[in-house]
Amino acid sequence: MAQTTVHVFPGVIFEHHSHLTVTELSRLCTVEAPVIADLVEEGILEAIADEHGEWRFRGDALRRALTALRLQRDLQINLPGVALVLELLDEREQLRRALRRER
Amino acid sequence: MEFKDYYKVMGLARDATDAQIKKAYRRLARKYHPDVSKEKDAEARFKELGEAYEVLKSPEKRAAYDQLGPGHRAGEDFKPPPDWGSGFEFAGAGAGAGGSNYSDFFDTLFGRAARGRAGTGFDPGDGFDQGQGRDHHAKVMLDLDATLQGGTRTFTLRVPQLNADGRLESKERVLNVQIPKGILAGQTIRLAGQGFATGSAAPGDLYIEVEFQAHRLYRLDGRDLYLDLPVAPWEAALGATVKTPTPAGIVDLKIPAGAHGGSKLRLKGRGVPATPPGDFYVVLEIALPPAVDEKSKAAYLAMAAALPFNPRAQLSAQS
Repeated sequence: MAQTTVHVFPGVIFEHHSHLTVTELSRLCTVEAPVIADLVEEGILEAIADEHGEWRFRGDALRRALTALRLQRDLQINLPGVALVLELLDEREQLRRALRRER
Repeated sequence: MEFKDYYKVMGLARDATDAQIKKAYRRLARKYHPDVSKEKDAEARFKELGEAYEVLKSPEKRAAYDQLGPGHRAGEDFKPPPDWGSGFEFAGAGAGAGGSNYSDFFDTLFGRAARGRAGTGFDPGDGFDQGQGRDHHAKVMLDLDATLQGGTRTFTLRVPQLNADGRLESKERVLNVQIPKGILAGQTIRLAGQGFATGSAAPGDLYIEVEFQAHRLYRLDGRDLYLDLPVAPWEAALGATVKTPTPAGIVDLKIPAGAHGGSKLRLKGRGVPATPPGDFYVVLEIALPPAVDEKSKAAYLAMAAALPFNPRAQLSAQS
């Protein structure tokens, strides 16, 4: 009997294995490095300095940066506005979670 | 090919002014932006909106579209007239090789070269990296069991790919992915080398953001799980050991005497098997046996006679 091999790709949780540099993060977001620096400046992303003083980002910075860039591009919001929207979205998510716990 | 009624998509009359079009776009973009909206079909609506705006905001494209006439209905089969496009110039309007997110209808009428930079959902940007293949970002809804048990899931992704002529086309791609156990909502699965191959460059990576569907039994809160567990009044009052489903299988759960509705029991480390693992919370719900026959009514009456119980004691103003 003919055997069909189904290729299964092993998924890796990106957030577990990443301490991204500015270069990596900007490449992942297809933007120039100064754009990432602006997001840090605005307090949208949190950068940690490594032993050489270079910025490092936790893996979840990717999702946050992509969301911020989409909001900026699609709704034409400036960065302070994007920061505010993200904070309000976080707050909304916390409230939703509290509601789910209580139901 | 399906006809698209761009005016209907934007909720506008055919004689809408440019100002009205812009205003409608802004309002609907805020409403359906996939990062903000909780509407079910937000992403599809947002893409449709971006496409409609791309046409209606441009005087040339709008005039050409209007020329098709108002006789078409959304969704009906459509073929462009043979003289289509003569006298109109679309090229150069923000040309770019963006993600292939617009409909066949748009592509046929205006061509891929006419793409602007309207919102294109989850593609981070237009243009290609020269040195390296391009990463691709996608988003999927998973069942909760995928993170609780691990296992393989099949995704169908729409991926823009360059064909032999170097043109972008949208292709369906079916991928079997081993789901990493313990992945949380909002986290990302990375598949190395499964992004786009561009020319001779090594392909980029594929990033899949994960969200979860509602589960039959459990509610998800970060890495913690919640289960509503119905108990009988005597089980809550006297304490009991009851069989309880958890992700790791059925366990014997000890309910302490004097428990009440809403009491939370925590099973440490029995939530989502992430690192560190989440907790499993059982929320007690007192279920009342129905008084449907003589025997059950008698039992309730006996209880009423035996217990000096006023559930509204706290409501009385003064005692």
